[in-house]
Amino acid sequence: MKKSLLTPLFILCLQLIAQAQQVEMATDLRSSGKIYIVVAVLCVLFIGLAIYLFTIDKKVSKIEKGIQQK
Amino acid sequence: MISYWWKILGILLLIYGIIAGFLAPVPALPILDETIRILYYHLPMGFAMLSLYIISVVYSIKYLANEKITDDYIAVESVNVGIIFCFLGLASGMIWANFTWGDPWPNDPKLNGSAIATLMYLAYLVLRNALEEEQKRAKISAIYNIFCFPVIIVLMYILPKSTDSLHPGSGGNSGFGDFDMDGNMRMVLYPIAVGWILLGIWMMTLRNRIRKIEMYKALD
Repeated sequence: MKKSLLTPLFILCLQLIAQAQQVEMATDLRSSGKIYIVVAVLCVLFIGLAIYLFTIDKKVSKIEKGIQQK
Repeated sequence: MISYWWKILGILLLIYGIIAGFLAPVPALPILDETIRILYYHLPMGFAMLSLYIISVVYSIKYLANEKITDDYIAVESVNVGIIFCFLGLASGMIWANFTWGDPWPNDPKLNGSAIATLMYLAYLVLRNALEEEQKRAKISAIYNIFCFPVIIVLMYILPKSTDSLHPGSGGNSGFGDFDMDGNMRMVLYPIAVGWILLGIWMMTLRNRIRKIEMYKALD
């Protein structure tokens, strides 16, 4: 009786282990540290775009001020 | 207190999102593999879109209440920016779907709902262009917007949840909270979502200010 209950559980556990091993994560990219280069490049690009957005914002403020003074 | 602190906050949250989105641990799931990180960048598009549409409908109601034309400007610019976020969400989702579901456009209720929602808001913009008189245009489009908003909520957020959808949390699918046991993903996802919402609002205010300048120049 006990055996018949345990067998499906055991099979389920095996399947879960097998599934966990099949998942391909980018562990190589992480262990070699190359992922940091990717992140650094993305950060530089994003910060550049953000600074550009701030300059546009400033430009609009300048035009608004010019209109208010008129 | 400087008035643009929230803009800096939004940018900082997004920088945190880039760093944590790539480096923070994620659950290892079959089929998804490492692409689960796309969630950090795909889902916030929906958050930003929805917040802008909510702002739009709030300002439409405000316009109908006190008939201030500047409220109408904010309503239309919110829709303008919201549509961009909807397109970006659809495009990024299509790339992801091609990898995980094997088809860029499976007939998923959430995809079709989003497509219809985008078309409805495009119709809103077309309707505005069709009307010449400013007050009339503002009033009719505000009423259209108020009717449009509940429909897209049903199409995008209620119908896909009640029928079978490939998106998580729909039909028999497990939701986002089921595999994110330790809350690691939440710690990354929500800051990014807030960052995109702030960036979307910033873009909307910029467009709104430019529109005001244009109106002023037209009056001159």
